Amino acid sequence: MNTIAAAKIILRGRKVVGGCAEGEALVTRDTISGWGGIDPMTGTVVETHHPLRGVSFKDKVLVFPGAKGSSGWSAAFHLARIAGAAPKAMVFNVMTTKIALGAVVTRAPSVTDFDQDPLSVIETGDWVKVDGDRGVVEVIKKTS
Amino acid sequence: MRLTDQEKAMLQGDDGPARQKAIDLLIRYGEALGAERFVDVTNIAGVPGSSTMFLQNYYKQHGGGSFEDVFSRFDLDSDETVPFPKVGGNCCHLQGGMDPELWAEQGMSPEAFEHQQQDEAEVRRHGIQVLKTCTPYLAGNMPAFGEHCAWMESSAVVFCNSVAGGRTNTEGRESTSAAMLTGKIPDWGFHGDEGRRGTHLIQVDVPVESVMDWGMLGYFIGDAVQENIPVVVGKLGQPDLIRHKHFGAAAASSGGVEMYHVVGVTPEAPSLEAALGSKKPVATIHYGPAERRRVYESLNSNGRDLNVDYVMLGCPHASIEQIGEAARLLTGKKIKDGRSLWLFTSRAVKSVADLHGYTKTIRDSGGLVMTDTCSAIGRMLPKGTKVVALDSAKQVHYLPAIMGIEAWFGSTEDCIQAALTGRWSGELR
Repeated sequence: MNTIAAAKIILRGRKVVGGCAEGEALVTRDTISGWGGIDPMTGTVVETHHPLRGVSFKDKVLVFPGAKGSSGWSAAFHLARIAGAAPKAMVFNVMTTKIALGAVVTRAPSVTDFDQDPLSVIETGDWVKVDGDRGVVEVIKKTS
Repeated sequence: MRLTDQEKAMLQGDDGPARQKAIDLLIRYGEALGAERFVDVTNIAGVPGSSTMFLQNYYKQHGGGSFEDVFSRFDLDSDETVPFPKVGGNCCHLQGGMDPELWAEQGMSPEAFEHQQQDEAEVRRHGIQVLKTCTPYLAGNMPAFGEHCAWMESSAVVFCNSVAGGRTNTEGRESTSAAMLTGKIPDWGFHGDEGRRGTHLIQVDVPVESVMDWGMLGYFIGDAVQENIPVVVGKLGQPDLIRHKHFGAAAASSGGVEMYHVVGVTPEAPSLEAALGSKKPVATIHYGPAERRRVYESLNSNGRDLNVDYVMLGCPHASIEQIGEAARLLTGKKIKDGRSLWLFTSRAVKSVADLHGYTKTIRDSGGLVMTDTCSAIGRMLPKGTKVVALDSAKQVHYLPAIMGIEAWFGSTEDCIQAALTGRWSGELR
């Protein structure tokens, strides 16, 4: 057990998809394309100029501005869920039909409309707990 | 969400289990959006029930891989299979996975073709028009001004809103399939007047005339405004349908543009004031010679090797004029040995191209006119392709990323020249 209690940060937002999940954060300041932007079989970002190119969101809490690109966004993330490569939860800023439908069919607890910008608070590697029903996101900063 | 009595009855199962699952999914989707009600939709374009071999095999291992299984469990996000009734309204099927005749040339297996044929028969049986194209508006489904639609395919969505004046959000596979059964979609975004007003002013300071130039401008604007609504003014020629098609598709790829206004051109922008509503633009962005040069270089940043082995035309699916232009450029000429040229279009447009002899002219030169799909959607390339030449900014955005190949971007003429010589010689003129 870690004897030093890590600082917890609480973000409050609005439920998109209910349920609870926790995991390591994967953060990007760039929007993500679904179809044509990810490989659904591995959960890896493939978009040519994307900062996360080659990185997988499988089993991570994906923290990002939102969705862009093809209308196949939901189907690509849906396929990632079936392939076992979906993110555990989603935390994002900009609501679009792509991400709303995508989050629903990925069945990943998801929250948006926060009281503070998750992209400024959460860093890749932080431990994040997402309570979709209450719209609460708890962040435990990584120690190293 | 507030439901009408009809919607409540549907949710209780009065209209059968498939419509119950469909409205349940649409309610979850509407609540995720923060929508308060549904709007009735009469024109729905999607890809119902289609499945890759992976998806079919997955469901086979988990209870059943029939069309009905895939439709229930993927399209309606249901945990059980429910009977799939006939759809209502004007519903069409967008692009598919392979050409119905040239599938072997595309590298597809007889099993995959057989499976595609079965899926297509199911689509027909359920009352869904088999248009098999990303350009339904060129193949028999043109939304009317003000018509509430539920469309997917980002290039078709942006055309529907901006050029036709139909009203649709960018829907996905699951929401369009659910809308085919229910005639409902969340009333959000582009269904209301407020959601259709421009947000960013784009001042064009360099002449934009050619199809290639409209594609580059679209690619620049999408990157600049992301998911916002651009209002374009400046040195623009009158865009025709092809220019709108390439502009919108590009803006929807580099960003998430679902609607644009060109002042004096598109139907909801008779004036700058009308396009913006009562609001001031949040930003004014200039597009001049330097921006034009930068976007050209960005679209060519995947190209290294000047040896081109594949030319792909028809993204979004080619209009009859575009096929006619390709045929004219290829008349009496031969594509260089070992190189391929594939031009993609809809079945409806290809039937006219056949009639005019364009398909034969292109075939005589060594090229092929294909329908239903494209290299990105079908994940198909001529064998051994390492370098492709493209006249579509949208296709440049996707194909190198999906297939791991190099790509050059230029005009249709540049691309056909590359097919004839095997070398890329395009430049910004």
